[in-house]
Amino acid sequence: MLEFDNVGLRYGLGAEVLRDVTFSIAPQSFQFLTGPSGAGKTTLLRLMMLSLRPTRGAIRIFGEDAAGLDKDKITALRRRIGVVFQDFRLLDHLTTYENVALPLRVMERAERGYRDEVIELLRWVGLGERMNALPPVLSGGEKQRAAIARALIVRPELLLADEPTGNVDPSLARRLLRLFVELHKSGTAVVIATHDIGLMDQFGAARRLVVGEGRLQTFEAESP
Amino acid sequence: MTEPAPSDARLKRDLPLVPPASIAGRALIALIAIMTFLACLTAGGAILVAQASQGWRADVARDVTIQIKPRPGDDVEAVVAAVAQAVAGAPGVADAHPYSKSESEALLAPWLGEGLDLGELPIPRLIVVHMQPGHRDDLAPLRAALASQPAASLDDHRRWLARLDAMADAIVLFAAALFALMIVAMATATGFATRGAMAGAREIIEVLHFVGAADSYIARQFQGHFLRLGLKGAAIGGGGAALFFALAALLSAWNARSAAGGEIAALFGAFALRPVGYAAILAICLAIAVLTGFLSRAIVFRQLRSLL
Repeated sequence: MLEFDNVGLRYGLGAEVLRDVTFSIAPQSFQFLTGPSGAGKTTLLRLMMLSLRPTRGAIRIFGEDAAGLDKDKITALRRRIGVVFQDFRLLDHLTTYENVALPLRVMERAERGYRDEVIELLRWVGLGERMNALPPVLSGGEKQRAAIARALIVRPELLLADEPTGNVDPSLARRLLRLFVELHKSGTAVVIATHDIGLMDQFGAARRLVVGEGRLQTFEAESP
Repeated sequence: MTEPAPSDARLKRDLPLVPPASIAGRALIALIAIMTFLACLTAGGAILVAQASQGWRADVARDVTIQIKPRPGDDVEAVVAAVAQAVAGAPGVADAHPYSKSESEALLAPWLGEGLDLGELPIPRLIVVHMQPGHRDDLAPLRAALASQPAASLDDHRRWLARLDAMADAIVLFAAALFALMIVAMATATGFATRGAMAGAREIIEVLHFVGAADSYIARQFQGHFLRLGLKGAAIGGGGAALFFALAALLSAWNARSAAGGEIAALFGAFALRPVGYAAILAICLAIAVLTGFLSRAIVFRQLRSLL
């Protein structure tokens, strides 16, 4: 599904922030991406979501060489990927409902066709009462849940989440993790970037990708 | 218990993806309104001049003038009557009106004063000939009819017509150049505003990309946003211009009897824009709104191509 082969990245003429990164994400797999703050987790996620091009090495995504992709192809691939940003990236002038429905709206699907689906998901993440609220009046946890719901609404084949439980209390964090696990069981490959060891310990059957000093180490999942 | 889904009326949706209200947006509306107002005034003024010049040209072009210079010993009245008779029967002539002695005196009164006796001066006499429609350019029969009248000479007004044509064309060309300059200025301002709006909406564009929006979809959102701004600005500016012309027509009609009103009427006619003039204002407003929308779409599309 996603393969990195000797990928390196530098910004401008600076030192490489990622070096010789080689790994792959299998379909329907579950992995945590971890490492200290500033180690390059977010950068690695940005490479995975095709918003950065590597300075060397090769990335293959859904069987396509990322280097040769034109913009239309990138758009088509992004529709198969759900992304949860650390800073949520909700659009402040749209309601919670509209933010969550955004991926379906930009596909130019009729609103009537997805309304019930969006409402159901919003209720599931506990935002049933906040559908018409604008993001600036949502709490950090509510924004986080809205951002997660937006990533899940298209039932992506690959979910990339950057610190998805960073702004929620432990019980909600457990509930959100359960949501990701269920999504994984229904066939989605999940990559969660976090440095919350407690969260990772709750799901020991996950592979761990550890970034440190620009390099990546892979620790396979514990046997059940 | 499951909460029922909000009714259609309660659920807010389909809000524009580009935020509709912004300081830059309001400034652009004001700019488009002013430029549209000026563009409509220029176009309306040019239309008024074109209308008036058509009137002058039609009046002057329909007539020719015969000048009779009496020679010593001529009975002027007899010569004038003979020429008028000869001309009236010529093919293509609708009507020949010899200016009588008193009419000629009245014609010269503004320059030579009242109480003039033309009998004492060798002043030429005039016969105004109205041509039938379609015969204005074929004056050969008329010239033939005058061949036997050595005191008569024909003035077909071509020199005046050429000057009127040149003046009217110059005014219309000047207005067209002004109009083009305004459109260029407005397009430039729209370009700046679009780039500004894009810079302000960079995060929105990024999010739209990540959730799978195609460039064409994003560009359409900006186009719709700027089309709405353009329509608002053009409606305000065009409405103002239409109101200006309507008020000017009213004032001109009210002022028509004064000397200044007469001068203005000579240049601009009744200063009343015909329905075609108002239709032109409407067309300009729509064109400006559409131009604003398409221009912003093109700029957004180009900028999006440079983003990953």
